Amino acid sequence: MWKTIVRRFLIMIPQLFVLSLIIFMMAKFMPGDPFTGMITPETDPTRIEELREKHGLNDPWYEQYIRWIGNAAQGDFGMSYTFKRDVGALIGERAVNTFWLSLVSVIILYAIAIPLGVLAGRYHNSWLDRLIILYSFVSYAIPTFILALLFLFFFGYTLGWFPTSGSVDIKYDPGTFGYVMSKIYHMLLPAITYAVLATTTVIQYLRSEIIDAKTQDYVRTARSKGIPMKKVYSRHIFRNSLLPIAAFLGFTITGLLGGSIFIETIFGYPGMGQLFISSITSRDYSVITALVMLYGFLALLGSLLSDIIMSIVDPRIRIE
Amino acid sequence: MRTSEELLKITDLHTGFRIGDNYFDAVDGVSLTLRKNEILAIVGESGCGKSTLATSIIGLHDHNKTRVQGEILFKNKNLARMTEGDFNEIRGLEIGMIFQDPLSALNPLMRIGEQIEEGLIYHTDLTKNKRRERVLELLNQVGIPNAERVARQFPHQLSGGMRQRVIIAIAISCKPQIIIADEPTTALDVTIQAQILDLLIDLQKETGAGIILITHDLGVVAEVADRVAVMYAGQIIELAPVEELFANPKHPYTRSLFNSIPQMNSGNEKLNVIEGIVPSLMKLPRQGCRFAPRISWVPESAHEAEPTLHELSEGHFVRCSCHNHFYFKGEKEDIHHELYANK
Repeated sequence: MWKTIVRRFLIMIPQLFVLSLIIFMMAKFMPGDPFTGMITPETDPTRIEELREKHGLNDPWYEQYIRWIGNAAQGDFGMSYTFKRDVGALIGERAVNTFWLSLVSVIILYAIAIPLGVLAGRYHNSWLDRLIILYSFVSYAIPTFILALLFLFFFGYTLGWFPTSGSVDIKYDPGTFGYVMSKIYHMLLPAITYAVLATTTVIQYLRSEIIDAKTQDYVRTARSKGIPMKKVYSRHIFRNSLLPIAAFLGFTITGLLGGSIFIETIFGYPGMGQLFISSITSRDYSVITALVMLYGFLALLGSLLSDIIMSIVDPRIRIE
Repeated sequence: MRTSEELLKITDLHTGFRIGDNYFDAVDGVSLTLRKNEILAIVGESGCGKSTLATSIIGLHDHNKTRVQGEILFKNKNLARMTEGDFNEIRGLEIGMIFQDPLSALNPLMRIGEQIEEGLIYHTDLTKNKRRERVLELLNQVGIPNAERVARQFPHQLSGGMRQRVIIAIAISCKPQIIIADEPTTALDVTIQAQILDLLIDLQKETGAGIILITHDLGVVAEVADRVAVMYAGQIIELAPVEELFANPKHPYTRSLFNSIPQMNSGNEKLNVIEGIVPSLMKLPRQGCRFAPRISWVPESAHEAEPTLHELSEGHFVRCSCHNHFYFKGEKEDIHHELYANK
């Protein structure tokens, strides 16, 4: 198994290399550059030209690429043009915010979706099932930004239960208890919004898996042993029904760092999604390329993690 | 070997499935007794209601879509009126069940040992260690070598025959008085079939349990059964001790079944078949002789209006009087031709 894992990591290197090439070229082909936004009637065009020359933006793209990939391989993704900071540190800081937000989101998501999916599957075709299906379709049909804005307006603005932007109240010092509580408080509304929107997949998967598992022969065998129905569900049906969710778990874990562009932007939460959008609009090449590389790596890592998780929960799957 | 002690007495059992707003009886007025120490075979084509009969006895049908009427008397309790909760006191403990497809009948995520142990947890007071011992003992009993290792394995690591042995171990784990085997050898290849049947016979002798063996394989019946009930369209149409049935089949359906077994040495290239198909549940004739449409050349007057079981000799019952007038289609036509030619 370890051999396979090492091999999978080695395969990632050429994959990431191709990705980096494509990403770098696409970023460069976008019209404009970091200094485009700075041009005002008072700007001296020669000054802009000097800056471009100084940052190597007038070099051919392959020279720029080689320079960039050489540094990136050593862990140096350069400086952000807009934030004037080291990209690694900038992403690291945002990633921490996003990680905690995503973690809270996923916990709320499973806390809502798993019980609902189990209930819908167990009592399928009952009014309860239909109600849950209705909910899951409605939440699936609502665009993220509509629900996010509604929640923000209703719970944040009208009722005033939650803060409407930011990740922490500035009056607290880092490391204090109040600081942590304030962080969690700021996360709740975006996390709930995300969870409500994402439940559909989990509910539907779990529901159909349970309906399917109920008719399986091994469930009939379990019933023929005379064990209570509750145990048949917990030991046989439920465990088997969780397999497809386990298959996604690797992606869910790596997705914790990805963040949600809509949610973070609307709730003004300084995370990865928001950074991604702002870096694109400001043509902040070093940030864009570093972020996309990171997302690519996470996607590859996610599939590997999923395979490993599957091999742990399903004895029929073994990584050879 | 047969004693008269009755384990299970089924009287006028009707099991119907709901389709739309109506119930259609898949088992239509079956009366049967299972005695201690005997293997009772129930034979019939697919869809004749034999598996439905089995699931009615052990209560494994879908309670929302199924209606069970009549009486299934076991230890003075009517199983036909039992709730799911009451059934759990009987299932596994007093009635064990063996299923058709060993490939899908075991939970793929659970170790063999755990799956056998499960019934013991709920039906016995054995401690964890005692249960482990019992699991190994059971695995040995059903002829599995390396019991310790197999107990830790998962179903996909075993062959079909081994898995069926595990299913049997589950069924007998609490020493039940009745074992229902629903086509236990259908999914296995022939050599394994013989082994599993031998195992069933041995276990039956050891435990003195009554076994209901459901099958469509007359070869299996001849090998293991003591008595045979032949089912057609939800009814028992012939019931007899196995030697009697094979020596002296009466009902046209039974005779047609025997006639349709390919003979190696007959030189007859043509396979004898039964005309028509088993009617679907919704189209089942509810009156008269159910087999009449498939032997249309036999005159209508030969059938009874309300066919009942008649005891022809001791323990040999046949439904309807049409067996007195039955002949195979070819036979009569030949006679007819001869007569015609002679004129």
